[in-house]
Amino acid sequence: MKTLELTAACPVPLTQYPHVLMAHGGGGTLMHQLVENIFGKAFSNPLLDARHDSAQFFVPPGRLAMTTDSYVVRPIFFPGGDIGSMAVHGTVNDLAMSGARPLYLSCAFIIEEGLPMETLWRVVCSMRDAARRCGVQIITGDTKVVDKGKGDGLFINTTGIGVMEHALDIAPQNVRPGDVVIVSGDLGRHGMAIMAVREGLQFESAIESDSAPVHEVVAELVTAGVEIHCLRDLTRGGLASALNEIAEAAGVKIAIEEKAVPVREDVHAACEMLGLDPLQVANEGRFIAMVAKQDGARALQIFRRHGVSANAEIIGTVAGKAAPLVTLRSAIGASRILDMPSGEQLPRIC
Amino acid sequence: MKYLDEYRDGELAQKLALEIHRITTRPWNIMEVCGGQTHAIVKFGIDELLPEHITLIHGPGCPVCVTPLEVIDKALELAAKPGVIFTSFGDMLRVPGSTTDLLSVKAKGGDVRIVYSPLDAVKLAEQNPDREVVFLGVGFETTAPATAMAVFQAAQKRLKNFSMLVSHVLVPPAIEALMSSPDCRVQAFLAAGHVCAVMGYEEYPPLAEKYHVPIVVTGFEPLDILHGILMCVRQLESGRAEVENQYTRAVRREGNRPAQHLVREVFRVVPRKWRGVGEIPDSGLGLSAAYAAFDAEIKFGLADLHVDEPADCLSGQVLQGQIKPHQCPAFGVKCTPEHPLGATMVSGEGACAAYYRYRRHNAAETANVK
Repeated sequence: MKTLELTAACPVPLTQYPHVLMAHGGGGTLMHQLVENIFGKAFSNPLLDARHDSAQFFVPPGRLAMTTDSYVVRPIFFPGGDIGSMAVHGTVNDLAMSGARPLYLSCAFIIEEGLPMETLWRVVCSMRDAARRCGVQIITGDTKVVDKGKGDGLFINTTGIGVMEHALDIAPQNVRPGDVVIVSGDLGRHGMAIMAVREGLQFESAIESDSAPVHEVVAELVTAGVEIHCLRDLTRGGLASALNEIAEAAGVKIAIEEKAVPVREDVHAACEMLGLDPLQVANEGRFIAMVAKQDGARALQIFRRHGVSANAEIIGTVAGKAAPLVTLRSAIGASRILDMPSGEQLPRIC
Repeated sequence: MKYLDEYRDGELAQKLALEIHRITTRPWNIMEVCGGQTHAIVKFGIDELLPEHITLIHGPGCPVCVTPLEVIDKALELAAKPGVIFTSFGDMLRVPGSTTDLLSVKAKGGDVRIVYSPLDAVKLAEQNPDREVVFLGVGFETTAPATAMAVFQAAQKRLKNFSMLVSHVLVPPAIEALMSSPDCRVQAFLAAGHVCAVMGYEEYPPLAEKYHVPIVVTGFEPLDILHGILMCVRQLESGRAEVENQYTRAVRREGNRPAQHLVREVFRVVPRKWRGVGEIPDSGLGLSAAYAAFDAEIKFGLADLHVDEPADCLSGQVLQGQIKPHQCPAFGVKCTPEHPLGATMVSGEGACAAYYRYRRHNAAETANVK
């Protein structure tokens, strides 16, 4: 019997099978072992430990928020994060974007046959740590194993439930002329980190993903009574997509100052080389807030008190009710459209 | 960012623009040849800083745009072949052929891969000796040395499973073709800085003299372009027609000799069809006889194709500066980056895509968008 090499920080509890087999999804002994020794062990909490088909819990009074997202990132581990932490942060952030306090996650794994057990364990440990950091519990889950070649190593879906402990109506439709637009930090890191690893691009320093939970920033904005009109995370499609979606939903024109948008020098350089626009590149720990004008400066201070949003900036304003449009004042002072990116970002010829 | 933000300084840009305003006394039409310059002009709004007398005409210098439909269709045919790994620069993947595009071929199971250098395709061929690796070699003189190097290395390594579908194009013959057209409105050229970094600018003085046009070798950042325009206007206003070099930090008169030698070793000058423009004599590069074994068209016995452009696509007139993108009736209506009729809409550096992306609000009255 082959024994796995154990690491001190995060030892793999299952040593009998070094790789995931079809039988691990087959409902028998092996599946039971996988659930008990990997998922049960890492995520243990009273609701999960009950081992019902469904988790049962009392609902706090007030509105609830619910969201779901599937994570298919390749490679599974990348500078600054991995699919596991991303699957927790992403769903926690989606809940935070309605101002909800995240409570519970479900978690479904689709595993390709042959995935090293150690890889699965590392991902699960990363999810456990991310969930602890976010103050959420993983209370129910599912495992499927698909034939070799029918998956890309590992896919994860998480669904999240959170509670709204405020009376604000945070939605794109509530954006008002005069609102200020705050971005929570520098843009483009996740997309460029993934592209650099995936395509084997060598930059002077590794660009690490910005994957991180942002719910604590939102919680403080809410507690401080900031008049938040809309929050939106800047995942696929980046800032450009988010602003265009909001402009469309609210029927407003949004004007952005290019110079005010924070982009790290290495990310900027990598984007220039590949002909990509950092404003259209994906992020995993960034969001924008549209807040009432009088609360802009106070909100910015709150953003900057948190490590995850220490580099927040006010980047523009909602100009007024108009045909939906996002404009950007360029570095040399001329104005242009900031458009929704069309399709996949493709590096250019020259 | 070092060496980049310096060339995007708003105050300096305003100073250059003021100087252009000060010396301009008459209307002038200036063509920027390169798609990279078109993109920068529209993205940064450089033309908004210019006097209304000065019209920028967006030239045919986007390699993705001018690659003929026939070549795209051949690429699609090769990419769909079992056993072939078809490699290309990223932005060719969305270019529509007459029926489909490479992204769709990939979705149907074709092995289509983005590479960042033609040498990566050579590496793939070495790693996959049982597969045929084909690279789509497009671009101007800027990318030709890299594709030449790929073929040269494949020959040295005696690779039997590497070939190339070549559709390289050359800038000076295109300028000549434009200037000799009776409809030509261009009075001065911003020549493409990166093309000249490879080729130098010794080919241009005869053109400047023959057609009495100023030609200014120009870079790609906002200050470069404004400076290039200023140099053109100075010449136009004083009646001169000379070749000048704005992009001195990258371009020498003689260019990059070793790169030129390599290009001449691997390629020969051939007539080439330009999408939207038609055939231009001596305006392309094809593999020379010594490297014919790496010619994918010969290797796979691809038949000669002739494909007609969609009738409602006016990209030819756009590429020749006869109309602005938003003056095309299809612009933003039948033709968008999601459903491009012609390649000027598909590539980020195509004039139509640049106008659509950055200028829809100005064009809305004429094109009925949004």
